[in-house]
Amino acid sequence: MLIQFYNVSKIYPNGVKALDDISLKIDRGEFIFLMGASGAGKSSFVKLLFREELPSRGQIFMNSRSIVRMKRSEIPKMRRNIGVVFQDFKLLENKTVAENVAFAMEVVGAPLRSIQKRVPQVIKQVGLEGYEHTFPGQLSGGEQQRVGIARALANEPLMLIADEPTGNLDMDTSLEIMELLYDINRKGTTVIMATHAQQLVKSAHKRVVMLEKGKIVSDSQVQFEEQQI
Amino acid sequence: MNMRNIKYFFSESYKSLYRNRVLSLATIANVAICILILGAAVLLTVNASSIISNLESDVEIVAFIDKELSAKETDLLQSKIEKIDGVKTIVFVSKEQGLKDLQEKFGGTEYDLGSTLGENPLRDSFEIQAVDPHQVPDIAKNIEILNGVYKVNYGKGVIDKLFQVTKWVRVVGVAMIFLLAFGAVFLISTTIRLAIFSRRKEVYLMKLIGASDWFVRMPFFLEGIFLGLTGAIIAVLLLALGYSSLTGQAHTILFLPIVTDVRFLLHIYAGLLAAGMLLGVIATYFSLNKYLDV
Ligand SMILES: Nc1ncnc2c1ncn2[C@@H]1O[C@H](COP(=O)(O)OP(=O)(O)OP(=O)(O)O)[C@@H](O)[C@H]1O
Ligand SMILES: [Mg+2]
Repeated sequence: MLIQFYNVSKIYPNGVKALDDISLKIDRGEFIFLMGASGAGKSSFVKLLFREELPSRGQIFMNSRSIVRMKRSEIPKMRRNIGVVFQDFKLLENKTVAENVAFAMEVVGAPLRSIQKRVPQVIKQVGLEGYEHTFPGQLSGGEQQRVGIARALANEPLMLIADEPTGNLDMDTSLEIMELLYDINRKGTTVIMATHAQQLVKSAHKRVVMLEKGKIVSDSQVQFEEQQI
Repeated sequence: MNMRNIKYFFSESYKSLYRNRVLSLATIANVAICILILGAAVLLTVNASSIISNLESDVEIVAFIDKELSAKETDLLQSKIEKIDGVKTIVFVSKEQGLKDLQEKFGGTEYDLGSTLGENPLRDSFEIQAVDPHQVPDIAKNIEILNGVYKVNYGKGVIDKLFQVTKWVRVVGVAMIFLLAFGAVFLISTTIRLAIFSRRKEVYLMKLIGASDWFVRMPFFLEGIFLGLTGAIIAVLLLALGYSSLTGQAHTILFLPIVTDVRFLLHIYAGLLAAGMLLGVIATYFSLNKYLDV
């Protein structure tokens, strides 16, 4: 999926300017880290991508189509191509791990057989075998986070958006999750990951976009291109 | 839409109804009362119209004839009246016949009206029926100006009053129906709002991960339809029972021309069930939009 931001600003109703004149292009199949201090605007940026929030100014294109001016009926179709790992997980407390993962497939009308096949696969991928019938309330923060990742991967999205997917994980588990994300990326999925874990980013050698007070202060790819000229 | 989705919709709406069972029951009871009164109003209106149209068809014009008129002139007058627009039937009633009718009506057998009155004080008359009762006043006016007509009676006050009553029964009936329907919608909508409110996080998540509006709506629609329809079924059962026992009595005691046509009544009952369902759909539709706008 090809993403283009043109002069995008996000001002919340309370007057907070979370994003300030952002212009950015994300190519198909890229892996990109979104970095910045707490409150820099990472989550705000990420929410614009699947239209949880609308920009106050500017335009956002997905595969050359504006998602700002998108018809209401087209929004679900657009979202089905995107898997989201929410910073606050958004797990359903009254559903088990397996049911939470299956839910993502149910709501988009996936056939029962593919749900039965896919759910154990992704649960295994995130290392949660044996927890299928556990409720989120009985899981640690890191385990809950992995349920969120499994759910985001269930529908094999074209683009994966992960807001602090390793926020509650120790270094070893974080690295495991990173391997998982790299693997998904290698298979062609665009991955956008918001994080402030410097260590993970440094060792990755991927594109890094730095946010500070809602502005892009550095973009490793742009620097790289500038050096080429 | 596949079977799995349908199962999901039903199980979701069942869970939600069960979770809010007290409110659900209260809503069903309230909807039942609303539909019951609605149905009663409909039946009342229908019967009032039927009674009134029955009375209307009885309304006659009586034209009394000048005493000096010869038989030939009387015939001529009759043919003139026949030609007036809207006249359905015209019957000549001689003064002798008129006296006999009176005797039958008031005198009975012991009391001889003819001897009491001496000379017959009545006049010959025509009894005229109109095609449409609403035309009666106009026809009466047209007869009044004809030569040889002494006086025209048509129960002016009665007719005007009847029309007034019909009109009011219709207006009040319709107004009541709207009011009650509004009440039912409000109640169902409150229940549905509560149901979606208690699941707002789930609904929000569903929307964010690509569920379509109708997919989110469906369990709530089922819930709304269930509430409306169940209430309507209870109401129709009560109404049918009450009405059938009432019509038996009304016929024998009051001699009122009550509507008993079974097919017609079935139509009304089916209409009430459909109305209950429709109320559920409308109420649900307007309760969800706020939460679907994600
Ligand atoms: N819904 C909202 N309404 C008002 N202000 C908001 C809202 N969401 C975020 N903000 C504000 O916008 C700014 C950016 O917030 P955002 O959540 O994007 O930061 P972040 O980079 O994701 O931070 P963190 O690393 O803590 O998750 C903050 O000042 C925050 O208070
Ligand atoms: Mg954040």
